[in-house]
Amino acid sequence: MTAPTAPSVSAPSTAVAAAGTTTASPAPTRTSGAVGTPHTRLEGRLKVTGAARYAGEVPFAELAHGWLVTSTVARGRIRSIEAEPVLAMPGVLTVLHHENAPRLTPGVGMMGPDATLQVLQDDRVPHVGWPVALVVAETLEQAREAAEALVVAYDAEPHDAVFHAGHPGMYTPEPSRYVLPDSDKGDVEAELGASAVVVDEEYTTPQEYHSAMEPHAAVARWENGRLEAIDSNQGSHAVAQDLAKLFSLDAASVRVRSEHVGGAFGSKGTIRPHLLLAVMATTVLDRPVRVVLTRRQMFSLVGSRPATAQRVRLGADSDGRLRALDHEARTFSSTVHEYVEQSTRHSRIMYAADALRTRTKVVRLDVPTPAFMRAPGWAPGSFAVESAMDELAEKAGMDPIALRSRNEPEAGPVSGLPFSSRNLIACFDEGARRFGWTDRDPRPRARRDGRWLLGTGMAAAAHSAGTAPSTASITAGADGAFTVRIAAADIGTGARTALTQIAADALGAPPERVRVKIADSDFGPAFLAGGSMGTASWAWAITEAAAALGEKLALVDQIPAEGITARADTSELVSGRQPRESNAFGAQFAEVSVDVASGEVRVRRMLGIFAVGRVVNPLTARSQLVGGMTMGLSMALHEEGIRDTASGGLANADLAGYHVAANADVPVIEAGWVDDPDTYNPSGIKGLGEIGIVGVAAAIANAVWHATGVRHRDLPIRLDRVLTAGTAIENGGAVTH
Amino acid sequence: MREFGYKRATDVPEAVALLATDPEARFLGGGTNLVDLMKTGVESPALLVDVRGLPLDRIEVADDGALKIGATVTNSDLAADPEVRRRYPALTEAVLAGASGQLRNMATVGGNLLQRTRCGYFGDTAQPCNKRVPGSGCPALAGEHHNHAILDWSEHCVATHPSDMGVALAAFDAVVSIHTADGPAELPLSEFYLPVGDTPHRENALPPGALITGVTLPAAPVAARSRYRKVRERASFAFANGSIAAALDVEDGTVRDVRLAFGAVASRPWRARKAERALTGGPATAEAFAAAADAELAAAEPLAHNGYKVPLIRNLVVAMLTELTQEAAR
Amino acid sequence: MDPTKSSAISLRVNGERHSLTVDNRTTLLDALREHLDLTGTKKGCDQGQCGACTVLLDGRRANSCLQLAVATEGREVTTVEGIADGERLHPVQQAFLDFDGYQCGYCTSGQICSAVAVIEEHAAGWPSAATADVRPEAGPSPLDDDEIRERMSGNLCRCGAYVSIVRAVAEAAAVREAADSAAGGSRGERVTA
Repeated sequence: MTAPTAPSVSAPSTAVAAAGTTTASPAPTRTSGAVGTPHTRLEGRLKVTGAARYAGEVPFAELAHGWLVTSTVARGRIRSIEAEPVLAMPGVLTVLHHENAPRLTPGVGMMGPDATLQVLQDDRVPHVGWPVALVVAETLEQAREAAEALVVAYDAEPHDAVFHAGHPGMYTPEPSRYVLPDSDKGDVEAELGASAVVVDEEYTTPQEYHSAMEPHAAVARWENGRLEAIDSNQGSHAVAQDLAKLFSLDAASVRVRSEHVGGAFGSKGTIRPHLLLAVMATTVLDRPVRVVLTRRQMFSLVGSRPATAQRVRLGADSDGRLRALDHEARTFSSTVHEYVEQSTRHSRIMYAADALRTRTKVVRLDVPTPAFMRAPGWAPGSFAVESAMDELAEKAGMDPIALRSRNEPEAGPVSGLPFSSRNLIACFDEGARRFGWTDRDPRPRARRDGRWLLGTGMAAAAHSAGTAPSTASITAGADGAFTVRIAAADIGTGARTALTQIAADALGAPPERVRVKIADSDFGPAFLAGGSMGTASWAWAITEAAAALGEKLALVDQIPAEGITARADTSELVSGRQPRESNAFGAQFAEVSVDVASGEVRVRRMLGIFAVGRVVNPLTARSQLVGGMTMGLSMALHEEGIRDTASGGLANADLAGYHVAANADVPVIEAGWVDDPDTYNPSGIKGLGEIGIVGVAAAIANAVWHATGVRHRDLPIRLDRVLTAGTAIENGGAVTH
Repeated sequence: MREFGYKRATDVPEAVALLATDPEARFLGGGTNLVDLMKTGVESPALLVDVRGLPLDRIEVADDGALKIGATVTNSDLAADPEVRRRYPALTEAVLAGASGQLRNMATVGGNLLQRTRCGYFGDTAQPCNKRVPGSGCPALAGEHHNHAILDWSEHCVATHPSDMGVALAAFDAVVSIHTADGPAELPLSEFYLPVGDTPHRENALPPGALITGVTLPAAPVAARSRYRKVRERASFAFANGSIAAALDVEDGTVRDVRLAFGAVASRPWRARKAERALTGGPATAEAFAAAADAELAAAEPLAHNGYKVPLIRNLVVAMLTELTQEAAR
Repeated sequence: MDPTKSSAISLRVNGERHSLTVDNRTTLLDALREHLDLTGTKKGCDQGQCGACTVLLDGRRANSCLQLAVATEGREVTTVEGIADGERLHPVQQAFLDFDGYQCGYCTSGQICSAVAVIEEHAAGWPSAATADVRPEAGPSPLDDDEIRERMSGNLCRCGAYVSIVRAVAEAAAVREAADSAAGGSRGERVTA
């Protein structure tokens, strides 16, 4: 089966169009054009008035409060838990721990068996901050005090929690659905030897944390034999499935909802301990139980982007044509579960080089299991490769855009597959024009404004554009309104609004007559809000459901009171497509000012131009792109988890220690897009939740070099690093004190 | 957080008397630091005596020209006060450089002086810390200390004092007014904070049970030409990596009067008296400024990861004094 | 509850008086969310480090997570639920909606309460760390983008909506200024009273 090749998503269904042409038909008069038109968020009024309720905010009678107790040692075993005195404290209902907690089915996980989910199942402690008990009490205050009072004794063992590139435990992970195999094309050493210009540098990125503003929260209860949970997650259906498996329940007896989600960035993509513990507690106590993570607990229980150390070797002819690209990325995972940050993804699709080699190595440490975080792999990988490309441009005496343009591949450099579309050059052109790149003096340290040295930099960006199977249903009501049901999630992306626009066009109805209900596992399987695949995957299902509904409506004269419902499942359509190299692309530009006397770096402006397929809602799409770029700025200058060698814990596990960009750090940031027609997914949508962050750190680092003449290859570009590095020309290199 | 009693005091003697009723009592001002520390378990008072409603919320000019600032004046009101802005602009700038607008609306002058360090080990009750649990050790020495002290620390503690306001107050010779069971008394700020030594848990010279009632800034014409600059890892809403309060009076290229204090370098706001002595009566040149900074920083003993603070402070001294010299010339 | 460790208090929230008995440990934030079912005020960090819990206390913005409920008796609390004029959104709320000054919405309540106060603080002549010259003779500085950024920095937004937030605050401030000049005066007394 080949992919549908309809050129336009606004007319996906002849059935609906045909129905619409008959005035006597119950289907509404065909309208189109919702997609592509700016639309404020449908839940906007709820959000600006405080009426939108997030998972921890839905009231229940007899609600009990759970509070986690987490380990204080990095490795070892629980020797004892003194629950008795705590049970005697006011309001305490139960203390769950490995000796009395309900048993979980092992081997469950969204991405393969994940022992991270096996909380309170045994006495093993794999890292600081691992759940060792849940205290449940009548009030929040009582639960917190009791949790603090719980004495847990450990048999601690020596731990190994600090990542470094030369760690002897590094190994090559087995390829899998989530681990790309290492790639080899051509003879890298020979091509490097034959190159006129060579760059060989190491780049590092620190451990970074999603830090969504809404702490992970869940309330669970049993109602009429069904387990009902309201949870903060990116995909209610997948979470419900795993919940059922973990607690050995019939899948139909579990319902998970997540109406409003206060940010996620990957940290809510899989089932997390707060929900498991809430379910355990409600099962034991037979009353609703809410568990909310503290901010500190979020730094050990909901994943992180692991640190990377990446060596990049580039070799080129004097005209900039790449002969060799060698990218070796080292990272870490926990002892509990193997998560592999795929930092070489960027190298595998960006540039045509005669020889291309990628290597990924991992070491397992006594730390929490890392996880997908906004543009996993792409974000850290692009920092290394796009920084190296800038160094190559400098060495070759070329403009950084010209160097990249010279190395555009015809097909996927590793996969050999044709690109479904690749409009990177258009992004460069439009970006250079709007940013004023062509007037740039390429020499470093050429511009100054008072105490500030000024510089500009750019980088290329890419992110995979995937589609996953999803199901959707649409009900045509007797009143002429349509109700779409899909287990999508709106984690701040604007999905609820975008899907309404998509459904409206697919149904040929004005958006006001379309109601999209999301985030309920009872709506059936749907891909999660992740991987920049949500909207594209859901749109296809909704479009198919609209077509099916159109066919049904064409057969009736009148819609019955219960309405007419059609369903769609895109599993076969998605898997039936020919493989393609399908990606979104972009060009990032930044201007920075640097005070080398204080080490302060300020970003003055940023521009990103993207090729992201069809843009459904320009208002929220721009917000997502700018939001990604803002997180990229934060990654470049601020974010760094600092692990304490002695304890193995995180030394800065709060928002005063782990800095995310504040308002004052963020200048005018503009985002735009170029025409990028692509019907590999018939909706034409590529997804744009993640590409905004890709390449930003490199663009900023390259701008800092342009301002100061010093390369910063370690993120974040901290003031102490800038201060001690000074400027290449004034100080003749690093100053040590 | 364990349970505690709560009482509101209506006047100063009552507040002091209420505190004396329980050895584990604490005064509650704006609560921005204390309530946070209670949540993390660093503080666990049995009784809170709320002093926020005391009639100590005024800023007044005394007959001798000194500025008397009540202890419950909020950071916001202090920063916005026209007298403060006119006569001690560095104090306004220091206060505005701290925390956030909403925290400044809550935080009080008295509480600001008593802020605890933001050292991560101090705030994490699972870790040893000599300041929190005397004798338990100081993991920062060999651990994470890139924002710790370079001056006058000891092997028992290397934490810094987090206040911005205190740095400006130190530069302007502030005097702290207190009230004890014996009545009112005064403590110069220069004697308020105790050296770290082997008692990092004893941070100040307040007698037991004493309440801070206010701060007095003596009249100082030089303070009218003063600035505060703070360098930190975000452009706003972050504690300092280094900061400086400076006031300068230059006439015909000669330094007539100068005040200098540093923040985020020691367990207390650091008055740079050596640098002031080196500058007074000398030329107002970048070379002299650098030499003065070096004189002050000669005593610095950086650890493995905070050595950058030495050039940072030195560069800030030169930049700030140069700027003030140029402003004076205009 | 132990009467020495709890208190019967009366809280005035959004113009309405509520009588309740609270554990002395209960913060204003938890009192709003758990006792009064006013969940618009958010708990992002519970440590004064994110601003999601920002409310107005006697017209001034404050972090409700660090404010004990028992210490709030006698003060006027305004939450995001009390910002609008009935069904009519406050200009700050309308601007956040129009300019997409939010994404996930979790920091939004705090941002909006903060923005309402920022506009009043500026109108009252309060300087900020972005003000070039804080001396009174220098006069007030305009509420430009840098001033808004600095003044709004106590409210973290992880979705990265700052650019739109700044636009929204500027728009709402312009609406207020227009209303003021139409009314022929300044109403800066509220914040300085």
